Amino acid sequence: MSRALERSLGEIGARLEQSLFAEEVSRRAGLLQSLDPRVKVVTTLALIVAANLARRAPAIAGLYLLALLLAWASAVPLGLFVRRVWLAVPLFTGLVALPALVLTPGPVLAQLPLGLAVTRTGAVTVLLLLLRVGTSVSLGLLLVLTTPWPALLRALTVLRVPDTLVLIVGMTYRYIYVLLRLANDMFLSRKSRVVSRLSAARERQMQGAIAGTLLARSLHTSGEVYLTMQSRGFRGYGQTLRPGRVTWRDCLWAAAVALVAALAVLVAR
Amino acid sequence: MAGYEPSLSPKEAQVDTYSPLARAPRWLKVYYGLAAVVLFTTGMHVPDGYLSPVTCAVMFALALPFWVLGLRRVRETLSARSAPLIALMAAFSFVIMMFNVPLPGGTTGHATGAALAAIVLGPEVAAIAVSVALLIQALLFGDGGILAIGANCFNIAVVIPFVSAAVYRWLASGASSSARRRVAAAALGGYVGLTVAAFLTAVEFGIQPALFHAADGAPLYAPYPLAVAIPAMVIPHLLVASVVEAALTGLVVAYLLRINPQLLRAGEGAQPAAEAGGRRGLRVLWLVLAALVVAAPLGLLAPGTAWGEWGAEELAELGLGAVPRGLERLGALWGAPLPDYDLPSLGNAGLSYVLSAVIGVAVTVLVVWLFAALLASRRPAEGSR
Repeated sequence: MSRALERSLGEIGARLEQSLFAEEVSRRAGLLQSLDPRVKVVTTLALIVAANLARRAPAIAGLYLLALLLAWASAVPLGLFVRRVWLAVPLFTGLVALPALVLTPGPVLAQLPLGLAVTRTGAVTVLLLLLRVGTSVSLGLLLVLTTPWPALLRALTVLRVPDTLVLIVGMTYRYIYVLLRLANDMFLSRKSRVVSRLSAARERQMQGAIAGTLLARSLHTSGEVYLTMQSRGFRGYGQTLRPGRVTWRDCLWAAAVALVAALAVLVAR
Repeated sequence: MAGYEPSLSPKEAQVDTYSPLARAPRWLKVYYGLAAVVLFTTGMHVPDGYLSPVTCAVMFALALPFWVLGLRRVRETLSARSAPLIALMAAFSFVIMMFNVPLPGGTTGHATGAALAAIVLGPEVAAIAVSVALLIQALLFGDGGILAIGANCFNIAVVIPFVSAAVYRWLASGASSSARRRVAAAALGGYVGLTVAAFLTAVEFGIQPALFHAADGAPLYAPYPLAVAIPAMVIPHLLVASVVEAALTGLVVAYLLRINPQLLRAGEGAQPAAEAGGRRGLRVLWLVLAALVVAAPLGLLAPGTAWGEWGAEELAELGLGAVPRGLERLGALWGAPLPDYDLPSLGNAGLSYVLSAVIGVAVTVLVVWLFAALLASRRPAEGSR
C-alpha cells in the first residue's frame, strides 16, 4: 500500500474530525458562547493585534493566560486546547526558530561545543516568536471553537467583507465537505483495489488522475448548483438572517478587552 | 555580520567577539537547509507572529486591489454563475492542498493548486478562489495567521496564479500548441509561480529583523535577515516544493487533456479572448518583474554573499582552509561583465542595483525568447512525424 495514498487519506479524515469537534463545542453553554459573534470577532482581532504589537514576553504570556482562562470559562476542553496549539507550534516554529539561538548576535549566554554559543538576544528572540505564534493561534482557535460557523460568517460583514464574498465563503465551506467525501471515496476505492506496491511514477499518475477528476467534478457541480439556485429564484445576492442585538454584556466585554489589549501593548514600552 | 548589527551599542558589540553568521559551520547550514526542506514543503502559510502587524497591513493593502479586480472581472464575464463557480474552485483548492504528491526518492509534498486554478479559470478568478480557501483555512483550521491573511493571500493567491498563468499562456499560446507542450508549460508555470512566491515570502521574513527589533537588537518577529531567509526559503522550494507544484499542475493538465480537453478550453474561453488574456498576463508578468527590479536595492540590506555564491576569497573567509584549486583556477577564467552587480561609474549603490537588475532581466528575457523561438521553429517538424 502506498504511503502517499495512506497519508492523504489520513489527513482528509483528520480535517473532517477537527471540524466536527468545533461544531460540538460551539453549542455548549459558556462565557464566549454567550457573546455576540460580531463583538467576538472584533475583540479577538484586537487581542491578536495586541499579542503581535507587545514587545515584552511577560505581556504576551499574560495574554496567553487570559486565553486559557477564557477557554476554561467557555467549556473548551483545556487539555485539547493546549495540546492542539503546543504540539503543532514547536514542531513548525520551534524548528524554524532553533538556529536563531546561535545565529543572532549578542552577549553569550551558554557555550556549546564546536565553537557555537547561545546568545541572550537569540534566546529572547526565540521565546518571543514562540509565545507570539502560540498566543495568536490560541486566540484564533478560541474564536472558532466558541462560535457556530454560520454566525461567524455573518459576523464577517462587520469587518466590511462584501456580501458576495460572504456568500461565496459559506458555499465553499459546504462544498469542501462534498469534495472531501468525494476525494476520500476515490482514494478508498483505489486503495481497496491495489494489492502490490505501486511505483512512484504510477502513484503520481494516479494522484494526478484523482485531482483531475475532482477538478472536473467541481466545475460540473458548480454548473448544477447554479441551475439549482436559479430555479429557486436566486437574483445575484445572498440574504442572511438579521443579526441579534448587542447587549450591555457585549459592551462590557469589549471595554474589558480594549483595556487588556492597551495594557499589553503599552506596558514597559 | 548580521544586518541588525549597527543597532547594538558599541559596548555590547565589543562584548560580542563572536560573529555567528559568517562563522556558522557548514553542518549548521546543512541542518537548517534540511529542516527548511521538511518544513517549508508542508505549506507556505505564514502564521501570526512572524510578520509585524505593520507588514501584515501593508501586505493586505497589496492584496486588496487584486480582490477588487477579481470580483469585478468575475461579475463582468460570468455574472451570477460566478458565486458557485468560485465556491467550488475554492473548495477544490482547499482539498487539493491536502494531497500528498510523491516525489522520486521517497519524499512527498503538498501543492497549493493555485497554478492549476489559474490555468483552468484565469488568474483573476483563481485569486479569489484561492483567497477564499486560505481564509477558511486560517479561520477554521488555524493554518496560517489571521493577521497574516493579507500576506498569505498575496503570496499564494495572487503571485502564484498571475505568474504561473503568465508563464503558461506565454509558452502554450496558440490553439495549435501540442499537448506535450501545454503540459510542459503548465508544469513550468507552477514551478516558476511557487518559486517566485517563496522568494517574496522570504523577503517579507527577511526585512523583519532590520525593521523591527528591540533596543538590544533582538528581532521582535521572524529572526533571520535576508541573507539567511532567502536561501532557506528559495532553495528548498527550488528542490522540492516547486517540483511538487509543477508535478501536480502538469499531471492534472495531462489528465484533463487526455480525458476532458474541453475543460481546459472552457477555462480559457471564460476569458474574453485567450490571446488578449495572454497579453494581459504578459503585462502583469512585466509589472511583477518591474516591481522586483525596483525592489532590488533590498539586497543592500542583506549582508554577506548569497548562499552558495561565494568567491574564492569569501570561501577562505568562511573558514574553508583550502580553496578548491579548480575554483581558484577557473574563477579567473570568467570575469562577469558586472562584477558584484556594481556599475563602478555610478556612485549610487541603489541605482546601480536597479540598473544591474534591468540588465539581468533583459539578458534573461533574451535568452528565454531565443530558446522559445528555437522550440517554436522545431514544432512543425515534430507535428509532421
